[in-house]
Amino acid sequence: MREREDEWTGLMRSAISGDSAAYHRLLKAITPVLRAAARRGLARAGQPVDQSEDIVQEILLAVHLKRHTWDANAPFAPWLFAIARNKLIDALRRRGRRIFVNIDDFAETLPDAPAAETASATEVAAQLNSLPARQREVLQSIAVESASIKDTAKKFAMSEGAVRVALHRGLASLTTKLREP
Amino acid sequence: MRMDTDQLIKTLAADNAHRPRPVGFVLALALLAAAPVSILMFMAELGVRPDVMTAMHNPFFDLKFAVTLALAAAAITISLHLARPEASLRGFVWLLAIPAGLLVAGISGEMMMPQRLPMMTRLVGNNSKVCMTAVPLMSLPLLAAALIGLRHGAPTRPALEGAMAGLLSAGLAATLYASHCTDDSPLFVATWYTLGAGLMTAIGALAGSRVLKF
Repeated sequence: MREREDEWTGLMRSAISGDSAAYHRLLKAITPVLRAAARRGLARAGQPVDQSEDIVQEILLAVHLKRHTWDANAPFAPWLFAIARNKLIDALRRRGRRIFVNIDDFAETLPDAPAAETASATEVAAQLNSLPARQREVLQSIAVESASIKDTAKKFAMSEGAVRVALHRGLASLTTKLREP
Repeated sequence: MRMDTDQLIKTLAADNAHRPRPVGFVLALALLAAAPVSILMFMAELGVRPDVMTAMHNPFFDLKFAVTLALAAAAITISLHLARPEASLRGFVWLLAIPAGLLVAGISGEMMMPQRLPMMTRLVGNNSKVCMTAVPLMSLPLLAAALIGLRHGAPTRPALEGAMAGLLSAGLAATLYASHCTDDSPLFVATWYTLGAGLMTAIGALAGSRVLKF
């Protein structure tokens, strides 16, 4: 436990000083922990656990966009769990409202919701379609086609700086859209 | 188009080069941008009191600035601390005791001196209505700026963070107002400035609970 958390802190310090590979490793390492927490939260709230991946993605986006609020001299785990708890509560609240509406409207068709083992996320994907074309294309190129920023710039005849801006704006507006009820 | 979590992680890692500015920097920038609005309101409607040069020799005049600036500094420090998601108030609330303690010291000091005016007259003063209106009005642009700045943070208690934004805006606006007001009695400050700051704290908490969630 302790060891794992120290490793996270180390990786985040490297990430902050520009090591994107360390950042990638860190996000990979925290994801299963976040997933387990999201499933626990959903189960406790009596909601289908197959929605956990949407919450995981929301937490990851918040971690990314708020990482400048982490103090590099402090351990990383308490910061991470504070962000995750905040996002989980937020998500459960929003789902609570939505499910409440669902029960009123479709009480008879509500399934027993078998917990899917391989949960897939739908919310981020759905919001991607509402982004401006340029941002969507850049995100698609990097996320789905695994292109580098350099290759993406070449493909769309953009400067690398413009790709970076479109990428960041895309991620930021995704996060904003996810928060809208 | 779909995006599974591995793809999202890849995308976030690609954006690692983007370095967001520290919250303190953004807050300072926002407050600096809003300050001219409050100063303009002050210059247009109130202005510095004409006898300011003599007033500066009165320790009770100077005490007003010590109190309002201590309040602003404490609220700024606490709000920046609360902009971190894992922050707790422990070890920080006592900062607010500094302006309160200065006021109490001022009141006791005044009590021990011979006074020309009775206590209630000093407390009510001549400017209570102006004070009650001017401090909140001049606070509003600063509160808006503080909220914009603090949105850059990750406060997990948005209402509390908003309250601190209200308090810091009131501290700064009251600093301006103090140079206009001829009521220097700490009793006046403790009553009317506090009411104005309390109102801004409530407005800040209300606004914060809406706009400071992340």
